[in-house]
Amino acid sequence: MKETILELKNVHIHYPISIGTVRAVEDVSFSLYKGEALGLVGESGCGKSTLGLSFLKLIRPPGRVEKGEILYKGRDLLKMSEGEVRRLRGQDIAMVFQNPLTSLDPLFKIRDQFLETIKYHRGDIPRDEAIKMIEDILEKLGIERKRMNEYPHQLSGGMRQRIMIGLGLIMDPDILIADEPTTSLDVIVEAGFIDLLNRLRKKFNLTIVLITHNLGLVAEIADRVVVMYGGRVMEIASSEDIFGNPLHPYTKGLINCIPNIELEQEKLVTMPGNPPDLVNPPRGCRFEPRCPVAMEICREKTPDLIDYEGRKIACWLYRG
Amino acid sequence: MKNLLRYIITRIFLTIPMLFFLLTLVFIILRIMPGDPVSAMLGAHAPESVIEQKKEELGLNKPIGAQYIDYLNQLIHFDLGDSMIFKQKVIVPIKEKLPATVELTVFGMLFTLVFGVFLGAYAASKRRTGRDFSIRLYANVVYCIPVYWMGLMLQLVFGVWLGWLPISGRVSPRILVSTFENTGFYTIDTLLSGDLHAFIDVMIHLILPSVTLGIVLSGIFVRLTRANMLDVLRSEYILAARARGIPERRVVYKHALKNAFIPILTMMGLQFALLLAGAILTEMTFSWPGMGRLLMERIYLRDYPTIQGVIVVFALFVSLVSLLVDIIYAIIDPRVKY
Repeated sequence: MKETILELKNVHIHYPISIGTVRAVEDVSFSLYKGEALGLVGESGCGKSTLGLSFLKLIRPPGRVEKGEILYKGRDLLKMSEGEVRRLRGQDIAMVFQNPLTSLDPLFKIRDQFLETIKYHRGDIPRDEAIKMIEDILEKLGIERKRMNEYPHQLSGGMRQRIMIGLGLIMDPDILIADEPTTSLDVIVEAGFIDLLNRLRKKFNLTIVLITHNLGLVAEIADRVVVMYGGRVMEIASSEDIFGNPLHPYTKGLINCIPNIELEQEKLVTMPGNPPDLVNPPRGCRFEPRCPVAMEICREKTPDLIDYEGRKIACWLYRG
Repeated sequence: MKNLLRYIITRIFLTIPMLFFLLTLVFIILRIMPGDPVSAMLGAHAPESVIEQKKEELGLNKPIGAQYIDYLNQLIHFDLGDSMIFKQKVIVPIKEKLPATVELTVFGMLFTLVFGVFLGAYAASKRRTGRDFSIRLYANVVYCIPVYWMGLMLQLVFGVWLGWLPISGRVSPRILVSTFENTGFYTIDTLLSGDLHAFIDVMIHLILPSVTLGIVLSGIFVRLTRANMLDVLRSEYILAARARGIPERRVVYKHALKNAFIPILTMMGLQFALLLAGAILTEMTFSWPGMGRLLMERIYLRDYPTIQGVIVVFALFVSLVSLLVDIIYAIIDPRVKY
């Protein structure tokens, strides 16, 4: 039996702006199981990063979770006090951000950024023991221990990315959320990152949420994939099913867009059209305006996410 | 460290042409200005022969070019010359008044920094709330108020109506300055002599003038800090620090403020000249026996050498502060290399 560690129930996230409300995330529900690696994929602006931030209750005001529940080990994060959520951040749920070059405070030594993280979660750990912890994690990440006395600008991008992961893992969290972790890295560093993440996963018994538009990365790491479009979940399935047998027209489109060097394609396949306007979203299915197989009903009604052959899908094609 | 030293030396040498340029300008302006020391001293009805004699005594009968060369010649020998009105070296009143002005500006700057920067940071962390709006309103109002008017109002309220604070001078008449005077910095002198009673008296006298100066300047620092803080608070490393579970207070006042402080420091160096200008007006309002009052007095008397001397000291003061700012820069920001 798979143990649920994080559960989203009908989460809606809105950003009020001058011309209306951006419905960044609408009615998203899914579970995260202990020990799995979940890929959260979709185009830019589909709400995946916003969703990731909501796991830590870090949505930037005036944006907020309008409706729904985010249950961590059965307790609703959104109902916790600011102090309780703060203790959860880093200690139970950690996050690694898009750009390692800008995610470390440039005026603080690496060591001090680690030390403060330890101090504010476990004030009882003496300093020399905390230093030992830092040396330990740096060694696991393949960084010389003396580098911790340096400032971020003295380290390379790849090293800073590893430091970011180290900062995420120092308190031994249950869940690591990685938001576009490799976007700003070159392919060689990216390959090293994938390898590292897969190793750390076993070593720390981590549950990983990988937020990305990079399907290659998802294929390398994720066990299960949530496909989002226009703030809604389109399909949830195992990695093999998503890549081997995509069902939702949007998922199919995404997979088709991956360039394949062996097929000698003449032209890069793209999906026509643009992502929907989230202030005035389409009345029916969000993907309907770009969908090659759209039907009458798709324009009128939004399909619910339903169980279908062991996966979940939100599309009228798979309704009876 | 070696580079920093080289940088400091370069900077010191660079102040020389700056001073030269400034002095030339002041020298010319003073002499173009209507009036001269002799008529200021003797009045309009003095006989021609007396005026001529006095002019010769002071060297004012020579062509301006020659006067200028004489003056430069003095300066090269580190001599600011003699007063044209009083029988004293220019350096004498400057030595006496400078500590008063330094004390006033340092405390004014401290007040501005602590108060202005803190308010700005607080406003940024409470963006778009009532408190934020009130602080922004305060900043705009204060920025528009002339420093002497602010001084008069504070004197009226705290000195006259409430009677809490003295409204003029550096120290009460009943306290004998000669018992502790040493460096001229009364705050330091009273402490050195261990006279706690006098120290408290000196501090009380400092409050109104330095707060006046500080409040007026704090407006711009509130606005600058708030704007920088909002920028920094949007950055990814702040989000990352929050995501690590660092408490909000530390995120705002340690991480964000330290990063936002770098441009504020630059501003501080630039604003220092303005602070000195404000200090002149504050000294007039509060009868503060400092360089500003000295300058005003001597302008009325057309005491050319003393006016020039005061300006040299002000210019040196400003360049010293901007040098200090550069050094603090290198200490705060590890990326800055000289």
